[in-house]
Amino acid sequence: MAERSFVHEVQKLRLGEGDEFRGEGILAVTKALLQSGVAYVAGYQGAPISHLMDVLTDARDILQELGVHFEHSASEATATATLAASVNYPLRGAVTFKSTVGTNVASDALANLASGGVIGGAMLIVGEDYGEGSSIMQERSHAFAMKSQVWLLDPRPNLQSIVRAVETGFELSEASSTPVMLELRIRACHVHGRFPTRDNRRPAFSLKDAIENPRRDVDRIVLPPSSYLHEREKVESRWPAAIRFIRERELNEFFAEDAQDFGIVMQGGLYNAVLRSLELLGLANALGDSDVPLYVLNVTYPLVDEEFKRFCAGKRGILLVEEGQPDFIEQNVNSILRKADLQTRVHGKDLLPMAGEYTGGVLLQGVTRFIEIHAPGLLQGRLLPAAARPASVGQSLPNGDLQNLAVQAAVEQVQPRPPSFCTGCPERPVFTAMKMIERELGPHHVSCDIGCHLFSILPPFNIGATTMGYGLGWAGASAFNTGETSRRTIAVMGDGGFWHNGLTSGVGNAVFNKTDNLLLVVDNGYAAATGGQDVPSSQADSPSLSTRHAIEDAVRGVGVKWVRKVTNTYSLAQMRDSLREALTTKENGPKVLIAQSECMLNRQRRLKPEVRKQIAGGQRVVRERFGVDPDTCTGDHSCIRLSGCPSLTIASSPDPLRRDPVATVIDSCVGCGLCGEVAHAAVLCPSFYRAEIINNPGAWDRLLSRLRSAVIVWLQDRIERRLKGLAA
Amino acid sequence: MSGERAITIVILAMGGEGGGVLADWLVDLAEQNGYFAQTTSVPGVAQRTGATVYYLEMIAESAVPAGRYPVMALSPVPGEVDIVIASELMEAGRALQRGLVTTERTTFIASSHRVFSMTERTAMGDGRVSSEKLLAGGRAAAKHFICTDFARLAEAAASLISPALYGALAASGRLPFTRAQFEATIERGGVGVKSSLKAFAAGFDHALRSPSPEVAAPPVDAMPAVGPRLAPLARRIEDQFSAACHTTLAAGILRLADYQDVDYAAAYLDRLTPLLGCLPPDPTVAGELLDDTARHLALWMSYEDTVRVADLKTRRSRFQRVGDEVRLGQAQHLGIHEFLHPRLEEIADTLPAAIGRWLLATSWARSGVDFFTRKGRVVQTSSISGFLLLYGVAAMRGWRRTSLRFAIEQARIDDWLAAISRLAPAQPALALEVARLQRLVKGYGDTHARGWRSFERIMSALPRLQALPQGARQMQELGAAALADDMGESLERILATV
Repeated sequence: MAERSFVHEVQKLRLGEGDEFRGEGILAVTKALLQSGVAYVAGYQGAPISHLMDVLTDARDILQELGVHFEHSASEATATATLAASVNYPLRGAVTFKSTVGTNVASDALANLASGGVIGGAMLIVGEDYGEGSSIMQERSHAFAMKSQVWLLDPRPNLQSIVRAVETGFELSEASSTPVMLELRIRACHVHGRFPTRDNRRPAFSLKDAIENPRRDVDRIVLPPSSYLHEREKVESRWPAAIRFIRERELNEFFAEDAQDFGIVMQGGLYNAVLRSLELLGLANALGDSDVPLYVLNVTYPLVDEEFKRFCAGKRGILLVEEGQPDFIEQNVNSILRKADLQTRVHGKDLLPMAGEYTGGVLLQGVTRFIEIHAPGLLQGRLLPAAARPASVGQSLPNGDLQNLAVQAAVEQVQPRPPSFCTGCPERPVFTAMKMIERELGPHHVSCDIGCHLFSILPPFNIGATTMGYGLGWAGASAFNTGETSRRTIAVMGDGGFWHNGLTSGVGNAVFNKTDNLLLVVDNGYAAATGGQDVPSSQADSPSLSTRHAIEDAVRGVGVKWVRKVTNTYSLAQMRDSLREALTTKENGPKVLIAQSECMLNRQRRLKPEVRKQIAGGQRVVRERFGVDPDTCTGDHSCIRLSGCPSLTIASSPDPLRRDPVATVIDSCVGCGLCGEVAHAAVLCPSFYRAEIINNPGAWDRLLSRLRSAVIVWLQDRIERRLKGLAA
Repeated sequence: MSGERAITIVILAMGGEGGGVLADWLVDLAEQNGYFAQTTSVPGVAQRTGATVYYLEMIAESAVPAGRYPVMALSPVPGEVDIVIASELMEAGRALQRGLVTTERTTFIASSHRVFSMTERTAMGDGRVSSEKLLAGGRAAAKHFICTDFARLAEAAASLISPALYGALAASGRLPFTRAQFEATIERGGVGVKSSLKAFAAGFDHALRSPSPEVAAPPVDAMPAVGPRLAPLARRIEDQFSAACHTTLAAGILRLADYQDVDYAAAYLDRLTPLLGCLPPDPTVAGELLDDTARHLALWMSYEDTVRVADLKTRRSRFQRVGDEVRLGQAQHLGIHEFLHPRLEEIADTLPAAIGRWLLATSWARSGVDFFTRKGRVVQTSSISGFLLLYGVAAMRGWRRTSLRFAIEQARIDDWLAAISRLAPAQPALALEVARLQRLVKGYGDTHARGWRSFERIMSALPRLQALPQGARQMQELGAAALADDMGESLERILATV
């Protein structure tokens, strides 16, 4: 079950003609899909479109009512291959995943899909994870659209425009027999807004119709000579059809086209930020009225030559606002204008940064420079906004230096706060054990994967050398397969990556090539990093998915003989001993160690309401949490260096003679037990205690407690007599 | 061209703090009261305890002609933000770093509490950054700075920090909505309404009452009061030692009497007395040297051994503290379990010196004891058997003076004090650094062994450092290097350059 529930919000998907939707971007996209009459939807989760998958999961009833099939694809390649349903049948379908990581995985299917083309509208909704907060390599989906020749939609980031892009996108796909890609930036996915809704549509042609009346067309299959035919078709018929549709339906937008002899061209997704820049310069208002001509590319691939010629005619210069690199659009525009012999000067990456996200401040600077070049008069007599002033750090302090110094001194105190393992995370002890083994056996080469476990590369663990992609942890260690040393390498993989492709690309590969190295599979029961979605080895019962397929069975099935499983990762000694055995055993061949404990975030989400109910119902419930005695702690913080748990932090020492802060456990502690295990296994310090809080104690508890306190109180009185008269 | 500007709001929070709830309340607040609202965030893995930024804009529906929609930005422009809310003090600093706060327009609401960063937490000594500087920066950068410990207010209301911050925002008057309208959004949200409203009210009141955070009172130098049994020693302190050291010395005698007995506290003062004769003439320098030596001597003389640990863990005040810390309710029962791992070394330490030495040197005896100490033990102090065990260990205090560890530590202390006294007249700065070096020797087991190793390594360089004009500064650097990593790599690197 995913960590965020949309059970209530999905009711908005039932809104009809004349209603107004208010909510998040991804929910609006789902509504648009239903309004477009899709027959099937699939995808693979990952920010920023994880919630789209979660919404679809929670909307299962509504989808069923409309006859829409939805599935959790095994990978982005699976998702994209699903669109094959639109090749021979007039079925509208959509798939979604994170880009560009997902698009990389999907590329094989994407290229084949795009080659043969489609009859039914086929849409790939990609969450463009670029810039601030992104956790992946910084690349552009644009390149994939170009190389596979699928049309790329980049609508203005408001719900009306996004919904329109979905609806017209299907039509564009059908009009040009080409899949389309809808690019949604991370902020657009999560944007809250409103749009007027229409009724949902049941697909006119259903999956059942297709299954019962199979069709084939050998011309659509990617094999010579058809593949040569496809290549010609792309340029001779599909491209012109697309251009025609884009122009006729006015998918791209012009604002104040003739207001000046210069103008700004932008990717649709950047429109709001450009308009805000102009507003701050006094050249636009919050309603979208602009004094500067704007050409908004809601379709960023292909570009429409005629529209560019029209917009640039009579203009001295344009500013092209294109996020990311390479500057595909800018290069294309220069080519268009050169061929048309238009002398309009093209600005873009000369005034804006080549790389990085175009946030508000960055765009404001670029737009200001552009206006200063082409119409300095427009800005005369105006105090530029602080962020637009040259050499400004965004600060303008009337009191000058003293205030600046204070701000500077404060900024120097700021440290990065990267994500890390949650409180009580079962993966933490795995890396604590690795840290301890490192002290014992020396360092090992560690090949990492994608998932929460990748937080191991950061402090306090600092474990891991490379990460080559989702499920590619063991593949990334393939080269280190030599008989010249007995030292083994360690690869890490999560259960998400394992099922995505790691079973074949990693485990199968290692078996086939007779490796002697170790794979550590972190099995927490969910695709935790993307929001706690189920995977085939999840333990939960799911009404729609088949779960509880053990990873151990899978690895044995592909031929691994040495398999060990630790079913309680918090048992540090067990974890450490298993690791030691895997790294030192004389047995040759691939080794797989499965570290299995449920994701604490999901576990707490599952258990907390139950426990609350039990306590309220008068049941005896024992809660455990850890603590540190501040008078025995000496403030070395070894325990934190072997843990990093958010609940294990520091506090000023209550001891007037000590300066170093002591370790302390805050009340968010879930009592996972690692602190105690670390104190024991690493022989750290006697300051840790485990507190058992007994709710609704029973008769036996009360009797025992009376007995104990009688003895303990008497002895404590004696201690107090010894100390009497020392303190004031 | 001009027109109505959108109200811009940035919320800086950490994953799991309810920043998203705050943003949702604000959207609801705006939409229910005639405003368009837009919010967006960059979550992703940032939810996993990382820093998360939410951005909101709102604009009056009355400013937008029918059938049109306003165009609102999805990310803030530095210097153009009306309201910045930071749920923690370093996150407040991050708002400054991003240039979001300006004296021209920004109402800056920040909680003064700290959630320490990984770097601060993993430091081997005190790695905390300066809260004072962060506060001063907030005050300097904002138009209105509303700052208090909102986390404490929330805790008192058994709620989360977001409603407390929401209350402060309502009180700031920067949004065109009434308190009742704010509160109505919490009620519509329907989750934890009662406690949220309580935290909201606390945040509201506090924002009005204290425009800037309270400053802690400076420490006083008066002789702190001690109990009647320590009164003679207190008089001795007042007679013999300068006033600047009285606080430390009073804490010292109290600690040592608590640790062993009143005689041991007297021995502490006896040990310090010779230093009085070697102090440098400058009273400030002399005072600092004496104070730091007194502080570190008290800590060293009360070295952590199993007896001390057992003693502290069995006290009534400790049971009460644990109860408070876990917020034990009236109807709840408490169990306390200790994680102890005494090794052969600790057992030998506690034995009379001769037996302890024999044990450590005799291989068959070693392996016999080792067998029983390989694994850590969990002792339930709240049970009769567990309590008796620890009580019994604590009772060994009676023969602590004859133990192996006592003999070792006293000899080490004597050497250390001798070095300080020798250096004090001519090289007081270096003497001070030697005194402060005691901070390396702390903890238990391996931690203590590592600290002592570092101490010895640095003290072995003392003859060389004495000859250098910058000896004190170099020793200070060595001390810092010893605390830079727990493998001793930095220390060895710096030592090689001396």
